[in-house]
Amino acid sequence: MFKKLKPLQDWIEHRTGAGKLAQEALYENIPGGSRWRYVWGSTLTFTLAVQFITGIVLWMGYAPSATSAWESVYYMQERVSGGWFLRGLHHWTAQVMTVLLVLHLMQVVIDGAYKAPREVNFWFGVILLQLVLALSLTGYLLPWDQKGYWATKVATDILGSTPLVGPYLKELVLGGADYGHHTLTRFFALHAGVLPGLVIALTAGHIYLFRRHGITPKKPLKKPDEYFWPEQVLKDAVACLAVLATVLFFVVRHHGADLGAPADPSSNYPARPDWYFLFLFQFLKYFPGHWEVLGAIVIPGIVMGLIFLMPILGQWKLGHRFNLGLLCAVLIGAGSLTAIALREDASNATYQSGVSHAANDAAVVKDLARSRGGIPPEGALSLLQGPKLFAQHCASCHAFDGHNGLLAKLTAPQSAPDLKGFASREYLADLLEPARFRSSKFFGNTKHANGKMAKFLDKHAADFAGESKADLAKVIEAISAEAKLRSQQQVDVRDAARIQEGRKLFETLGCTDCHSLGKWDPDDATAPDLTGYGSRDWMLSLLHDPSHARFYGEKNDRMPAFGKDEKLSGQQLGRIVDWLRGD
Amino acid sequence: MTDPSPAPAPTDRREFVKCASCAIGGAIGLLPMAAGVYVAIDPIRQGGGPSSVGDGFLRLAMLEDLPVGGAPVKFSIVSDKADKWSRYSQVPIGAVYLQQTKPGEVVAFNTVCPHLGCFVDYRASQKDFFCPCHNSNFNLSGALLSGVSPRGMDTLEVAVRNGREVWVKFQTFKANQAEKIPANS
Repeated sequence: MFKKLKPLQDWIEHRTGAGKLAQEALYENIPGGSRWRYVWGSTLTFTLAVQFITGIVLWMGYAPSATSAWESVYYMQERVSGGWFLRGLHHWTAQVMTVLLVLHLMQVVIDGAYKAPREVNFWFGVILLQLVLALSLTGYLLPWDQKGYWATKVATDILGSTPLVGPYLKELVLGGADYGHHTLTRFFALHAGVLPGLVIALTAGHIYLFRRHGITPKKPLKKPDEYFWPEQVLKDAVACLAVLATVLFFVVRHHGADLGAPADPSSNYPARPDWYFLFLFQFLKYFPGHWEVLGAIVIPGIVMGLIFLMPILGQWKLGHRFNLGLLCAVLIGAGSLTAIALREDASNATYQSGVSHAANDAAVVKDLARSRGGIPPEGALSLLQGPKLFAQHCASCHAFDGHNGLLAKLTAPQSAPDLKGFASREYLADLLEPARFRSSKFFGNTKHANGKMAKFLDKHAADFAGESKADLAKVIEAISAEAKLRSQQQVDVRDAARIQEGRKLFETLGCTDCHSLGKWDPDDATAPDLTGYGSRDWMLSLLHDPSHARFYGEKNDRMPAFGKDEKLSGQQLGRIVDWLRGD
Repeated sequence: MTDPSPAPAPTDRREFVKCASCAIGGAIGLLPMAAGVYVAIDPIRQGGGPSSVGDGFLRLAMLEDLPVGGAPVKFSIVSDKADKWSRYSQVPIGAVYLQQTKPGEVVAFNTVCPHLGCFVDYRASQKDFFCPCHNSNFNLSGALLSGVSPRGMDTLEVAVRNGREVWVKFQTFKANQAEKIPANS
């Protein structure tokens, strides 16, 4: 069969020379035969290919702007099937690549592969190292989550502290004076366009120069020479397989890559760079005030300069030993600084609580994005405003599903009702159980615990549990329908007849002795008006002034008049109400 | 290396090394490729369109807004819309032409040309619908008069409720097919 293809093969060969090129690539001589220590370059080429493949597909789902970056990454991670896996591959391959770069550099320096005539190739490699680090740095911002946002802010502020050109460089990188849409478009253009382009060009040059000078054999040679194919290819393939297995281990363990809460300039998130830059972050702690430029730019610059000069330094008698010493010093120094940074953070309570709060925020916002059927156009951060305001202003008395709205435990015992599912059928059914009404979940810790409503429920407990059970259910449906909750849209339409009946039974069961439904009469009311109960307007009016005669009047127990006393703006109250109602 | 050894063992080993290299190389290359392709074709897997709340009818106009037997009037369809991660409330999602043919009888056309989706104009001077892209034109009943469109203009379900409210079930249909097939099917 293959023989039939021969003319086609010849045709292609004649036009392209592809076969000859492959021949040359595969039958390169390796002095002393294949060895495991030569695999690093190939593993890096492999990881680069993985990054290109996964990166291009991630690109198809990414929308770089301050109100769509986090949102599109959320969609990729949580909603696109297999999206988490692809994102995980890209993220963890980047991490592994950083390790491989160091290993490759170590192998080159230890084997003296930077020496003449391979100086230029060494420089290509050092530039590639920096390009890959730049890719990591730019990629870290793109999800626009708390982690990436705050870490990159530190990095760009360091850039801004460069003498003379710093402020201009920073503005160029950010696309303006502050973080915003153009920061993302620029970082994305760098990450997916400029930097990969340079990496391709330099990698091509790197491989060309490598082939031109051949491998630097580790002496003494232990075996006869071999061709690259197949012995070295197999070793390289096995090494790449090990790399991929490592990546897959982390991808599966972390279900892709972490996505924190959306970037919030008003939060106290503890900024930390990704682990491979942690040593630089720690280093800066030793340079107070205007000495910072020394730790941030001058010293790292000198070290990079010395690494760059390794081929020149290596020509001296003791040069190679100096280079080895330098490499050891840098690695041990960076390793120690990283360890110190990690240890300090582990025992830093503020940092730990910051991280756990951020994780809670992330869980809350993802849950809201899912349960609300999407994210509003102003971005995911707006979804968090409701629970954040609740945590700050309401959670000192109320709970939400037992927590403060942001999954944190309540600092004080709950003194007012838990508002999870407020005005829903389930909420009302629970509330109208006499024992539940008096429990701390509802009015147990308020003066209503022994009020008229509690007594009314006690008196009718047997009736409501027996004969009037079905009637009470209809009344609950009628009152709940007043709220026009999004989550009950379908059942409210379905049960229209029952709701109509419930409105009549509202009077039969004796509710109208205190409450009103349908029409509020200021002269007759002794308990909250249930007309529009739980609706957006009703809740806003209650928050405006709970002591108003339409609500609790003089019987109001400690609930502040948030609107009337101008504690919160109408817009803020709206955010809380929308969140509680599930809008 | 390449020297042909008479002993079979090294050749076997060499064949094994070649096969193993190809197998491992193929597998590690295939995995990221497969993951990429799988995610890239996600839109095909997701299929379908956004679902509407209730019966899908939207109130667009009052009968008195539409001249009986007169010219079609264009109305924008404003509705809640979900798009990947976003949800929008009350944004334009399309338009319809409404025409009161007889008192209390209303016909509705999607404004999009069934050929390739251009916006069809109503030409008052000619009393017809005209697609400016490929010159299909339709009479006021929506039937194709001339041009390349495979079918007449797409009619939509209309209901007159409470005596004077005109409700329309807005739908889009697959382009360039002789049959009228809902776009999200």
